[in-house]
Amino acid sequence: MMEIGLNHYLVLSTILFCIGLIGVMRRKNLLLLFFATEILLNSVNIAFAAISHYYGDLTGQMFAFFVIAIAASEVAVGLGLLIVWHKRHGNIDLDSLATMKG
Amino acid sequence: MFEAIAFYLFAFLTTLMFFITVTTSQALYALTALAAGMIFISAFFFILGADFLGAIQIVVYSGAVMALYSFGMMFFDTTREVKEKNGNKYIVAGMSILAAILVVVIFAAPMLSENITAFYPLTEGVGNTQDVGMVLFTKYLVPFEVAAVMLLVAMIAGIVLAGKKMDLSLTLYSTAEIRDMKQDQEKKVLS
Repeated sequence: MMEIGLNHYLVLSTILFCIGLIGVMRRKNLLLLFFATEILLNSVNIAFAAISHYYGDLTGQMFAFFVIAIAASEVAVGLGLLIVWHKRHGNIDLDSLATMKG
Repeated sequence: MFEAIAFYLFAFLTTLMFFITVTTSQALYALTALAAGMIFISAFFFILGADFLGAIQIVVYSGAVMALYSFGMMFFDTTREVKEKNGNKYIVAGMSILAAILVVVIFAAPMLSENITAFYPLTEGVGNTQDVGMVLFTKYLVPFEVAAVMLLVAMIAGIVLAGKKMDLSLTLYSTAEIRDMKQDQEKKVLS
């Protein structure tokens, strides 16, 4: 209990990932959907850093850096698209995006 | 001892903050809770000895990403209550099964990887930042450059989409309208 091992961090990472999944499932507003995606990426980063520490390997930290870079570019492009969508339709609800549904 | 206290404290705080983020109906609360959660996550990186990663986490997430989100929130009508979807039953069931499988895999993975060996082991007597730099600029140089190009592409995409002239964006016009605009500009230059 007092000795923090790899499993503690993996459990925490799983809990945060599940919270992110819940957010993805129940959010309708696209901006809040983006927040849930950030939670998913961050929970994975914790797992990477923990494995990197407990196996004495730097590869995990490297992957965490690239995950952060991907998250940053995702936000830039995603927010640009959201602004364009909001200018056109006046809302950012997921339902209004379903126009391509057959 | 202190490590355990810090771990449980920050685990509780992070979980609470992210739970608020996904459950609150106010977009501003969600943004603030997300920013706090990002800061708390950097604490785990410091506990794990990944100092550079922790600093990057604070700079990139709490600095850049949160600033972008708050910038985006100025465009959207975020004062009204956020409506929630009732949920497609199949999607909820599928996601729950996915999460359950994920838990099993995460607990099974350390058992399967008993004989794992470090690919790029930590160097003795060198700080974390120096160590990261040595590995990043030798072994991971090509992915690093590719990530740089990807960030540049994302930046250009953001500029083109959001635009300098916020009231008229090129992505909202049809090709004919853009051609007309160009001709107007040429006329102005000639006259």
